[in-house]
Amino acid sequence: MTGSQLSTKHVLGIKYLTEADIRLIFKTAENFKEVINRPIKKVPSLRDVTVANLFFENSTRTRLSFELAEKRLSADVVNFSASSSSVKKGETLLDTVNNILSMKVDMVVMRHPAPGAAYFLSQHIDANIINAGDGTHEHPTQALLDAYSMQEQVGDLAGKKIAIFGDILHSRVALSNIFCLQKLGAKVRVCGPPTLIPKYIEKLGVSVSYSVAETMAWCDVANLLRIQLERQDIKFFPSIREYAQYFGINQDIIDKTGKKIVIMHPGPINRGVEISSEVADSPGSIILQQVENGVAIRMAILYLLAAKR
Amino acid sequence: MKKGRTILEKERFSLTLERLCHQLIERYDNFEDTCLVGIQTSGVVMASRIRKGLQEILKIKNIQNGNLDITFYRDDFRIREKPLHPSKTSIDFDLENKKVILVDDVLYTGRTIQAAMSALQDHGRPSQVEMLTLVDRRFNRHLPIRADYVGITVDSIDEAYVQVEWAEEKGEDKVLLFGSKREK
Repeated sequence: MTGSQLSTKHVLGIKYLTEADIRLIFKTAENFKEVINRPIKKVPSLRDVTVANLFFENSTRTRLSFELAEKRLSADVVNFSASSSSVKKGETLLDTVNNILSMKVDMVVMRHPAPGAAYFLSQHIDANIINAGDGTHEHPTQALLDAYSMQEQVGDLAGKKIAIFGDILHSRVALSNIFCLQKLGAKVRVCGPPTLIPKYIEKLGVSVSYSVAETMAWCDVANLLRIQLERQDIKFFPSIREYAQYFGINQDIIDKTGKKIVIMHPGPINRGVEISSEVADSPGSIILQQVENGVAIRMAILYLLAAKR
Repeated sequence: MKKGRTILEKERFSLTLERLCHQLIERYDNFEDTCLVGIQTSGVVMASRIRKGLQEILKIKNIQNGNLDITFYRDDFRIREKPLHPSKTSIDFDLENKKVILVDDVLYTGRTIQAAMSALQDHGRPSQVEMLTLVDRRFNRHLPIRADYVGITVDSIDEAYVQVEWAEEKGEDKVLLFGSKREK
């Protein structure tokens, strides 16, 4: 089931997308994947569109991925990062964005440390907005590329078992992943130390486990998340070393299950903490395919939003 | 709903395709360094039909044939009511220094061909590009583009709509002319 166009003007979170939207994005991404594997990786679709990338929080992968996606669609791109801007001089978010829009920008890609920042913006301005991560809330493009990469590996996700390991509490990737996977019919389980799993997360329809070995044995796909130390103002576990010992994924844990498990990680990976080098570089790991798919998924979203009337 | 008028029925349809094949053979001999590229979606059906015809006449089996999708190259994509849905591009050979024959079923405003030519460039630099079409609506062009090989020529007003039906898809080969797209 796919629609002919997206049901929304913005991509603020998976919450606001329908299953048909998600499938349409996947279908379109397939065509862009063919494009980015050509010798000349560029198509002229967005030649009359200007996109502003507003990053109020650090990012390498997402920002590069968006920028490449925009450039491969021939859009004009302006970049902005909070560290070198007037935000430091006390300007509000709305004023900053309105100033940028006065320069005739059609789309805004924004990452912001405050949850709901993208939604707030969408209520006040006219441009199409793509949320590239808002605090601990959502990171829809990451969830879409994750689900797309999973689908490439294990086929349709309906009924598939997906486990998310690590810092669920501070992760926007986890929340968007849960919404996205559930819309596609997958079963989701989260696994991590009790302090890093939000209370009442079962209310979202996911199961919870505190045992890495047990969860590994259960799942078809394991999505490992980084410990977000920058968002932790108190200690949630005694030490990184202890965390790695109890919740780090190494080859032994995977071998013990006796089955093939797809290993994913949204990056940046901390080798030796949540994932061992051996696992990260193993054939079962699709971390770099995820990055490739990221460009195709973002091209599809930009394309579909631009086409939306 | 009014039915369209048939302007090319089954027998003449196959004669026309055969003539187009012979015209191509006259020009390209044994199709060395030459390939057919059909434009998605109807041009693809036509290109594979032409290829089949050529291979039967020449008794060879290796004429190269690719499918080209031009959705991402269209100049009207942001002004259309509904978004266009891309099909697959599959050109699994190098176009560098090849002679390319672009194939589409109807040549109308010329915008599809313009987009197709920019799309082709992204796959290499052909030594030459020619255009083959089944139906040429010669008075409706928006751009200075013409076909090198034409099945039939249709002189019609702008509102009219020409539809090519292929046996592969509709069960019978024919070309229909409608008074307007709504009548279809």
